[in-house]
Amino acid sequence: MSAVTLQLSIIVGYLLIALAVGLVAYRLTDRTAEDFYLASRTLGTVVLLFTTFATLLSAFTFFAGPNIAYAQGPEWILVMGLMDGIIFAVLWYVIGYKQWLLGRQYGYVTLGEMLGDRFGSWWLRGLVAVVSLLWLFPYVMLQQVGAGTALEALTEGAVPYAAGAGLITAFMILYVVVAGMRGIAWTDTLQGAFMLVTTWVAVLWVLAAVGGPSAATEALASNPDTGGFLSLGGDYYTVQWMLSTAITIGFGVAMFPQVNQRFFAAGSKTVLKRSFALWPLLCVLLFVPSFMLGAWAAGLEVAVPEGANVLPLILAEYTPTWFAALVIAGAMAAMMSSSDSMLLSGSSYFTRDLFRPLLGVLGMVVSERREDLIARVGVVLFATAAFVVSLFQPATLFEIGNAAFSGFAQLAVPVLLALYWRRITRAGITAGILVSQAFYILSLFLTIVPDTYAGWSAGLVGMGLGLVVTVAVSLATSPAAAERRAIYFDRFGAD
Amino acid sequence: MRRNEVWGWLVVGLVLAGLAIPWFLWGSATVVAGLPVWLWWYVGWMGLASLVFWLFAQRAWGIGIESAGSDGDSSGSRGVGPESAHETGPGGDTP
Repeated sequence: MSAVTLQLSIIVGYLLIALAVGLVAYRLTDRTAEDFYLASRTLGTVVLLFTTFATLLSAFTFFAGPNIAYAQGPEWILVMGLMDGIIFAVLWYVIGYKQWLLGRQYGYVTLGEMLGDRFGSWWLRGLVAVVSLLWLFPYVMLQQVGAGTALEALTEGAVPYAAGAGLITAFMILYVVVAGMRGIAWTDTLQGAFMLVTTWVAVLWVLAAVGGPSAATEALASNPDTGGFLSLGGDYYTVQWMLSTAITIGFGVAMFPQVNQRFFAAGSKTVLKRSFALWPLLCVLLFVPSFMLGAWAAGLEVAVPEGANVLPLILAEYTPTWFAALVIAGAMAAMMSSSDSMLLSGSSYFTRDLFRPLLGVLGMVVSERREDLIARVGVVLFATAAFVVSLFQPATLFEIGNAAFSGFAQLAVPVLLALYWRRITRAGITAGILVSQAFYILSLFLTIVPDTYAGWSAGLVGMGLGLVVTVAVSLATSPAAAERRAIYFDRFGAD
Repeated sequence: MRRNEVWGWLVVGLVLAGLAIPWFLWGSATVVAGLPVWLWWYVGWMGLASLVFWLFAQRAWGIGIESAGSDGDSSGSRGVGPESAHETGPGGDTP
């Protein structure tokens, strides 16, 4: 069997398994929006850990990460460690645990809902949803473009981009509408375990073929092009760049709707505790092998054509065809699974924070059963819109999608202040969100607003700006009458 | 008392974050057992972080978030403090 047929059959096989899992999950669901979006807040440790991980990092671990290590050296491992192993883990507690408690107590499903309730403001709730969708929508579009393009490359053009991306979108819609959060979390778990195993098999296989890590590293050191890779730091990896990247992405991750919403979905406090402690270990187990493979490939002089990914190429050179095919198919499945979760969360922001309040304004009341239906329709609309837009290849949206992590990071500071600082006011948080978002978006598109400041990224500077503005405006204003600070503080914790 | 503990854990968190990248090995290309020594540091440091997080989860979970007086029950039932707690609750007041 040729590699292409093999890869395609593995992809189709994965899709069928996913669909089967989705159907099982469907049979278990209550027909409520809370169950559809959050699996009724019942996820266990392993499922929560892997679904968060798979949602976040799957495609990056296989493709972009090793590519960077191949081109610039393996220091990305350290950036990832600080960002995900430490910063995100700490936020897992600081933001995640408090959100989980609030969600349990008041039944929140989205971040906007949680903030809107506390600040007594539909506007704020809508603003948080709009800002989130502004970054999420192009990011989902990028995933579709990625999967469609990969399928086109894999079949050497037999499946053109529009057909490939269209098929994937149709499948995702079907899957998300049927499976909901529970099904998505289950397939993510399968896929996370699969990734972990294949990455280690891959690295051991390649190392066995080239004579062990010492030989591979020696090749890296003795190659004049890559001799500098082993020393920590360099022209690309400056101190400012490493810190800016780790901090903005680490905070951004916590505000990404599909990650943030998982804070509400944990089954118990124990689940949160365990996943929290396991997080840094999981980072080591996944990033060290996959990124080192990328770096070693540079020393071994694996040639990577423009636009191609290094991991499939090094596997093709040192492992059997079927194994390389398995990893590539797994990576594509990973891409799809990230999109699944984003679709689900995106549609929840859209229906709960924008559409339903709008119906409310028009005087229509939505029953639980009806909301469940609207939620599923929301998924279809969101995915179809992202697909249709992707056909036009809009450059602006590409840029926004690529900057999504830093964009979300701008939300993190006002949200943290809202959770922990009693003096914050509605005017303060609104100003903080608006100003930091505006600043960051302008830094992307206007040359007048620089994108680095003495080596520090605009994303990080924007976070600082958000902090200053939120605090200053809060101190200068007094709480609006409708604000309910007690929800987060005094009354918090009392059943 | 509880407040000192919050500051203590905050410092622990900052140290964990501060040394996740071994700045003192900047420019070092020393290789030990086939991997750069800074990568070994990273592996060890993440192991340590995991251990510290586990200890935190065992001993101090809820600090800075739950109202004072609530115990660290891990039953997963509504894991928050008793009614009386909110008078004294400095809980969520840290930066």
